[in-house]
Amino acid sequence: MNAIIDHSGQLAHGLFLTLAMTICGFACALALGVLLAVLLISPVVPMRTLASVYVAVFRNIPLLVWLVLFVFGLPEIGLLYSLLTTVTVAMALYWAAFICEVIRSGVRTVPPGQIEAARALGFRFIQILRHLVLPQATRSMVQPLGNIFIALTLNTSLAAAVGVRELTGEAQVFTIRYDIPIPIFAVTTAIYVLMTLTGGLVTGRLERKLAINR
Amino acid sequence: MNTEANTLFDVPGPRGRRRIRIATALSLVAIGALALLAVHRFADHGMLAADQWRMFAQWPTIRFLLVGVQATVVVTAVAAAIAFPLGALVALARLSRSRYLHWPARAYVEIFRAIPILLLLYVFLFGLPRLGLTLPTFWQLVVPIVASNSAVIAEICRAGILALDRGQSEAAYSLGMTYRRAMHLVVIPQAVRKVTPTLVGQLVRLLKDSTLGYVVSYIELLHQAQVLGEYYHIVLPAYLVVAAVYVAINMALSRLAHRLENGTGLRVRRTRKTSDTARARLISPFLRRTR
Repeated sequence: MNAIIDHSGQLAHGLFLTLAMTICGFACALALGVLLAVLLISPVVPMRTLASVYVAVFRNIPLLVWLVLFVFGLPEIGLLYSLLTTVTVAMALYWAAFICEVIRSGVRTVPPGQIEAARALGFRFIQILRHLVLPQATRSMVQPLGNIFIALTLNTSLAAAVGVRELTGEAQVFTIRYDIPIPIFAVTTAIYVLMTLTGGLVTGRLERKLAINR
Repeated sequence: MNTEANTLFDVPGPRGRRRIRIATALSLVAIGALALLAVHRFADHGMLAADQWRMFAQWPTIRFLLVGVQATVVVTAVAAAIAFPLGALVALARLSRSRYLHWPARAYVEIFRAIPILLLLYVFLFGLPRLGLTLPTFWQLVVPIVASNSAVIAEICRAGILALDRGQSEAAYSLGMTYRRAMHLVVIPQAVRKVTPTLVGQLVRLLKDSTLGYVVSYIELLHQAQVLGEYYHIVLPAYLVVAAVYVAINMALSRLAHRLENGTGLRVRRTRKTSDTARARLISPFLRRTR
C-alpha cells in the first residue's frame, strides 16, 4: 500500500490521461455523431449512403482492431501523430457510429403526426427542428448517450493495450515494478467504479431535469 | 426515400429538387476526391504494390488466418455458453426476494459492469500469477470476458423481466400460482422472446471482446494478424484484411438478430392462435379448485 501512496503522482497522471481521453473522445464523437445523423436523415442519397456505410463499418469492427490499425498501421502510409492523439481519434471515430444510431432513434421517437401537424400549421423546417423535434428527441437520448459515455470511459482502458500508460496501464506497471498486484487492482477498480457511478448519477440528474412534469 | 426524410421534410418542390440535385453532385465530387486522396496515399507509400497483397491469396496465409477465425469463434462460443446462463441466473437472483440472493447478485452486477475488461484481464495475466495462480492462456482470456459480459447479460435479462406488464404476473398469482410457477410458465417465456434480439447484439460485443486475445497472445484472429503483419512486414494490409473479416462475421450475427426478431415475433402470434386449448388446459385445475 505504501508504494501506491509513494507513487500516487504516477497514478494521478494515469487518471488524468484516462479522463482526458474520455472527455476529448466523447466531445469529438458527439460532434461527428451529430454530423453523421444529419447526413443519414438528409435527402441527399450519396451522403446517406456514406453515413450508413460508415456506421456499419465502424460498429462492426472491434475497437481494439481500430486501435492497432491506427497506431501500428497508419504510420506505414505516412500518418504518424502522437500516440495519445491517434488513440483518441480512433475512439472518437468508433463511438461516433454508436452516437449516430442513438440520435437517429431519438429523432424517430417523435411521432410523425406531430411533425405533419406542425407543417400544416405553417412551421418551417428549422422551426420544426427547434420547437418540436429537438426538445422531445433530446429527452429520449439522454439515457442512451449516458450509457455510451460510461462505455467509452471503460473502453479508454483498451489504450493500455497499445502502450498508453493511462489508469489500466499504470495498474500493470505497478504490478510488475512494485509487486503489489491486489492493492493496485483494488484501487484502480475503485476509481473506475467511482467514474461510472458519477456518469450514471449525472445522467439520472439530467434526465430528471429535462423530464416533463405531468 | 427513408421514413425520417419523409416525415421531416415536405415533398420537395422544383426548387428543392434542384437543390437536392446540386447537393448530390457536390457530395459525389467530395466523396470521389476523398477516395482519390486515400488511393493516392496508399500508392505513394507502395501499399498498392502486388507483393503487399499477394500473400492473402496464398493457401498457407489463408489457413493461418482461418485458424484465427476458428479460435475467435471457439472463444466466443465457450464464453457465451458460460456467460448467458450465468447472466440469467444472476438476474433471477437479483430479482429474488431473498436478501442472501439479492445483495450478492447486485454487488456482482455493479462491480463487474464497472471494471474495464482489460483491467480484469491484467488481474488474470499479471496479478494472479504473482499469487501463484496461473490459468492456461485460453482461460485467462475467457474468464474476464465471461465475468464482464455475464453482468451485462444479467442486466438485460432483468430489464426484460421488469418490462413485462405487471398484470401478467398478477394474473398468474390470482390464479393461485406460486412465485416459481408464475416465473416459469408466464413471465420467463415472454421475457425471453422480448430480449432475444438484444442478447444476440450482446453476442456481437462478446465477439469483439475476444480481440483481447491480442493482449494475452492467444491465437485468435487479431493476434494472428499481428504475427502475420510483423513477420512479412505487411502490417497495414494484414490489419485491413482482418478488419474486413470482422465486419463480415458481425454483419452475419446482426442479420441473425434481425431474423430472430421476426422469427420469435411469428412464434408469439402462432402460439396465441393455438393457445386457447392450451390455456384452458393450464387453467382448468385452478378453476376446478375454486369451484
